[in-house]
Amino acid sequence: MPRPLLEVQNLTMKFGSLVANDDVSFVVNEGEIVSLIGPNGAGKTTLFNCISGFYKPFSGKVIFDGKDITGKSTHQITSMGLTRTFQIVKPLKDMTVKENVLTGAFLHANSKREAENLTDQVLRMTHLWDKKDMLAGSLTIADKKRLEVARMLATKPKMIMLDEAMAGLNKTEIKEAMELCVNLNKNGMTLLIVEHVMEAIMPISNRVVVLNAGRKIAEGSPQQIINNEEVIKAYLGERYYAKSRQINGGI
Amino acid sequence: MNEIMKNRMLYLIFAIILILPFVLQDVNFQHITIMFLIFAGLGEGWNIITGFTGQTSFGHAAFFGIGAYTSTIMFYKFGISPWIGMILGALFAAGISAVVSYPCFRLKGHYFAIATLAVAEIIKQLFVSWDYVEGATGISIPVKPDSFWMMQFHKSKIPYFLIAYVLFIVATLVAVAVEKNKMGYYLKAIRESHEAAEALGINTTRYKLYAMMISSAVTAVFGTLYAQYILYIDPFMVFGLDISMKIVLLTVLGGLGSVYGPIIGAAILIPLSEYTRVFLGGTGKGIDLMIYGALIVIVACFEPRGVLGLFRRTKKRGAQYAKTTA
Repeated sequence: MPRPLLEVQNLTMKFGSLVANDDVSFVVNEGEIVSLIGPNGAGKTTLFNCISGFYKPFSGKVIFDGKDITGKSTHQITSMGLTRTFQIVKPLKDMTVKENVLTGAFLHANSKREAENLTDQVLRMTHLWDKKDMLAGSLTIADKKRLEVARMLATKPKMIMLDEAMAGLNKTEIKEAMELCVNLNKNGMTLLIVEHVMEAIMPISNRVVVLNAGRKIAEGSPQQIINNEEVIKAYLGERYYAKSRQINGGI
Repeated sequence: MNEIMKNRMLYLIFAIILILPFVLQDVNFQHITIMFLIFAGLGEGWNIITGFTGQTSFGHAAFFGIGAYTSTIMFYKFGISPWIGMILGALFAAGISAVVSYPCFRLKGHYFAIATLAVAEIIKQLFVSWDYVEGATGISIPVKPDSFWMMQFHKSKIPYFLIAYVLFIVATLVAVAVEKNKMGYYLKAIRESHEAAEALGINTTRYKLYAMMISSAVTAVFGTLYAQYILYIDPFMVFGLDISMKIVLLTVLGGLGSVYGPIIGAAILIPLSEYTRVFLGGTGKGIDLMIYGALIVIVACFEPRGVLGLFRRTKKRGAQYAKTTA
């Protein structure tokens, strides 16, 4: 029986009269890779912000590792072992790559030496070792995203949440990112991934949760999701519809 | 290796400063070195909250004044040594800064800067209308014979210089200690991105508060020294916008967020302001500030990282040149 690590229960988030997340519930079990998909404006990032403490949800609960973390501040949630990357990367620009990671490594290290050791380990794991003395602001977008992940790993999390970590990357970079995710997962990391690049996440996800207009419309294995009618209608549907029209028009 | 080299540079600067007033035994020059040390030290303190943490404070005169007034009142009213007043002043300043800036930290960017400016003005007005501390008339510190314990020296400026020197080194080393440790990384993370810092598990409010408290305590210490050196204080002098701005300008000119910045900035601006005052006398009032202003505009336009940025840029260019020719 898998142990649930993150439980989102009936979470609702409103901005004024706009309902960004409407009664969303799902569970991420320990050791799983779960991806969260949905068209633009479906409320994926809002949900992330609610889970990671940037927003206080309007109603509902978030439970992590058996503890209620609803409305806790972000740094508390990170200290408990749940951390996230940002869709719009936020490198600490005027600091070197190494300093960026070191900042994260201080969280659970008792001394600077210990933090530095952890930093070296993470830098090698994420293939940023060669660039460790570069300023974070001068990295390419792919490396900035990698740095986001590296910095997060340095806080020794139990679970990480990636917010569109692969958007804007080329094929090789996506492949590297996928490998990194799979490797992390093999080492016991639980992942929740928000992603638009379907071919990247479908093969590596254990389960997929689909949001549309703030509601959860489907949940299941990648196979089930691909064949789910409502998902096709809401998400893939438009594109398929457009494509089929194009083909018909061509004939 | 690089770190050792960097520190070596700092020790070299310390050594050069120590020799200065003994080589050039001109009283006016000694006065300038003392003012230089006071303002470089103030810059180091201010740098912690603004340079490292990115929370712009335009109100550091408040803490400077609290330091000056605490020791002066204790000496004037009760005859207590300014050394004790200095320590108490630093503690007061740290406490007051914590109380005042806790609500202000909800404000970001410019709004925080405006709030600090307002707080300093409020504290100034309080002292102006507070009779117990002689209000706007100010306090002339009773002259006592030369003594280390009473921090008064009338025969020579050298003892003042040595005290300022030690305090300046302490302030600089505090800044170095903050920068090189966990706290420094955390403060810089907060400066670069509030959200990213939070996501890294940094309690941003707490660390900003720590930075503010250390910064204001350092500032207050120099307030006490300044009062004992000038032997007269009034609210306009120690709580004035002049002091706040001077601290800001010299650090920005030298290089924000670096331990060397305030030293370079003070080394340029303090002699400039003191010498223009000497040469132009009463007629040249404010001309030093005009030159200041012009310098700041030039720095802001061409090298926002200050003189230090200029150094780095030429160094980098040199390295690139070496690479292309090799």
